Amino acid sequence: MTGSERLESPGPAGGAPMLRVEKLSVRYGQGCPRCLSGDPGSLERNYCPECGAVWALSDVSFEVYPGEVLGIVGESGSGKSTVMNCLYFNLEPTGGRARIGAYDGGSADVFGLSLQEKRHIRNSLLGIVYQNPTNGLKMGFSSIANVAEKLIAAGNRNVGRMEARARDLLGRVSIPSARMKDAPANFSGGMQQRVQIAKALSSNPPVLLLDEVTTGLDLSVQAKVLDLIKGLQRELGISMVLVSHDLGVVRMLADRTVVLLDGRVIETGLTDQILEDPQRPYTQELVHSML
Amino acid sequence: MTPVLRVENLGKSFTVHELGKTIRACHGVSMTIMPGEFVGITGRSGSGKSTVLKMIYRTYVPDEGRVLYDSARFGTIDLCETDERSILYLRKREIGYVSQFLNLIPRTTARSTIEEAALDMGRSAPEAREEAEALLSHFELPPELWDSFAATFSGGEKLRLNIARAMVKHPRLLLLDEPTASLDDYSKGKVRDLIERLKGEGTTMLGIFHDLEFMQGLCDREYAMSAGNFTKRADVLAGAAS
Repeated sequence: MTGSERLESPGPAGGAPMLRVEKLSVRYGQGCPRCLSGDPGSLERNYCPECGAVWALSDVSFEVYPGEVLGIVGESGSGKSTVMNCLYFNLEPTGGRARIGAYDGGSADVFGLSLQEKRHIRNSLLGIVYQNPTNGLKMGFSSIANVAEKLIAAGNRNVGRMEARARDLLGRVSIPSARMKDAPANFSGGMQQRVQIAKALSSNPPVLLLDEVTTGLDLSVQAKVLDLIKGLQRELGISMVLVSHDLGVVRMLADRTVVLLDGRVIETGLTDQILEDPQRPYTQELVHSML
Repeated sequence: MTPVLRVENLGKSFTVHELGKTIRACHGVSMTIMPGEFVGITGRSGSGKSTVLKMIYRTYVPDEGRVLYDSARFGTIDLCETDERSILYLRKREIGYVSQFLNLIPRTTARSTIEEAALDMGRSAPEAREEAEALLSHFELPPELWDSFAATFSGGEKLRLNIARAMVKHPRLLLLDEPTASLDDYSKGKVRDLIERLKGEGTTMLGIFHDLEFMQGLCDREYAMSAGNFTKRADVLAGAAS
């Protein structure tokens, strides 16, 4: 494949994907001829018995189209969060490419870009919401300052305008005006997630990464965060990658779903198909445990 | 005339890995549905009726066969083969599915349940609102319920809402999986009115009904199913398009 290749859709619906990930791999350890062969049978789960290397991800490929929500499901340790960390440039992959439709017409492999370009993409084309708010927020700074941090990173300098934008976003995620100057450290878990969402949305990113956003929240708070995400998705048409081990969350939000096991994609399909007619033994086990 | 739907030799088995079992759900299913037709599938529980409908909607992945659908946008395509993106488009714009199961979205009001479906079709917000209200009135859902969460409704109310949500799209093809199961006669009448109205608008429909009386005078043709295959009836063959 050449670098100048454009993003295209295979089907009659047409349109280019907003995000295409190809053969993403993350390896911890040197690797050896056995595990570097890429043969799925060479590993025990995600571990090479010969050299001890751990393959957190092997050959993970998927696409997300404009306005689409892609679910990624799998058990703990299957590599879900590793995918997110690679896409947000928190972690450098061992191999593979990713292209973003909103960057250079989708022709560049964003993993191969300079640090400066990666920073630009992260600040203006991506948003992320982590399971743990301490990863996404400065807990001791005011909520407005947290949102403004991303605005500054995206190149904004006008303090008045940034505060107005931050207030607008925090209002949309239902943080009361009186609390906008409070630090997230003094907020409940659900409020902290909503501040993270406001921050992630501040640069109007075409791609939003959601990593177990409702895990650990109680049910009524979970429902409110999901409502918020659903509403924003409908209103803004953002492409989302939604990582969750909660199939109910995926059923509610995701159009299509990818199933990860031991760092590999073992099944992919329409969400209702994955849930009602799962093909692989592991996917069946996962789905049957839900019902 | 191009058939809206041509199902050819469709077959499906379910493999349950945990139990080491394979269950054959249906095989060799073929049928042709012309534009504007209302075709019914009858048969006992477990005969494979829902499996056929779900394969057409691609909730189930068929093992063999083809489902040729005449799309307004794509022309004739095989729903078994086409990419997921196109299926998602068709579900949004052309193919509706109403089941007996009331999978309404939690924490969504009756009004927005229907409005959102209309917005998916590309209607403007005022149009969507108007159409939603017209359907809510037709189904005689009390106005005080319009802005309540649909998940809290009675079975009959939920079902009517489910059908309204599919109908607001005026789909090209509507799949009905026992939409009148567990409804009282009055509600059934309401559903029947709407199906008749859709038929008048030219919607092609394929439906499963246990209630043979309900199908009387509504169905143009009927396929009877048993043990995963159609046992064609005389009236089916007489009216069947080839």
